Amino acid sequence: MAEQARPDLLSNYARSLGIEVAEFEDGMPVFWVSGIDAIEGRPGHFHGGATSGLMETAGYAALRVALSEAGEEAQLKPINITVQFLAAAKKAPLFAKARITKLGRRSANVTVEAWQDQRDRPRASAVMNVMIQRAVPEGA
Amino acid sequence: MEKQPSPRDPSATFDPKGAAQFLLSGGHPGWLGLSYRGHGEDWTELTLPWREDLVGDDVRRVIASGPIFSMLDMGGGMAIWTREKRFVAVATLDMRVDYQRPAGERADVIGRCECFRTTRSAAFVRGIAHDGDPDDPVATMAAVYMTIGNSGAGGSKNG
Repeated sequence: MAEQARPDLLSNYARSLGIEVAEFEDGMPVFWVSGIDAIEGRPGHFHGGATSGLMETAGYAALRVALSEAGEEAQLKPINITVQFLAAAKKAPLFAKARITKLGRRSANVTVEAWQDQRDRPRASAVMNVMIQRAVPEGA
Repeated sequence: MEKQPSPRDPSATFDPKGAAQFLLSGGHPGWLGLSYRGHGEDWTELTLPWREDLVGDDVRRVIASGPIFSMLDMGGGMAIWTREKRFVAVATLDMRVDYQRPAGERADVIGRCECFRTTRSAAFVRGIAHDGDPDDPVATMAAVYMTIGNSGAGGSKNG
């Protein structure tokens, strides 16, 4: 793999499921997971939970990249996720990339898409709200 | 000896406890280590055991949100088959999970899903995840599943 993944872009869970950074595109990471048994639901297809796990990973990573670029330290906590399963994802490489719709003081809104061979025909999309707990400056 | 019926056989009566051995043994559910905990007329309960490599937080040893989503998605499907008393091929169309609080450190998480309505082409599910007290949930979920092909749900309620 050409790109070195920043260690804080992958949780234990994401690493364990086999999720990796495929590349950076316009400064944002693209994640992927191959068609391994650990992602399989209905025979020959991704489990919806594995698809959404990949998308959640992409969502948090996009926020970590943005916060890191802004020189801010913050903890991220999930508020919610809504996933639209648009088409069955086959047991083959699945990619995901997030776009930050809003990066506020206390929360962020992120949109994620997951695709396989045809990027313009996503297999799933998600909207996530994430709580941002920034490090409180001394004396505040 | 009789051949063990497949849990995906639509003509057989769906038994969540028996089917769990097959449905949860391999693939993503098997990787997560999901297990059957209980069921009623229209609900199922699964357990997601705590495991170091399912942790999502680098500060606290708490199960990530992803595996909880997976468990509720799986439990939702099983709740549909439990209510219908037979296997129906379904696909999750839309699913929302609200994470109310982190699970306890090193805590197993329990997912209880209830299928409260089926039509010919859709099934509606709500569920909660908790780590011991159902009145203090870790997460709540709402989902819509669509039947695949022509094996529609909603046909078995009045015999």
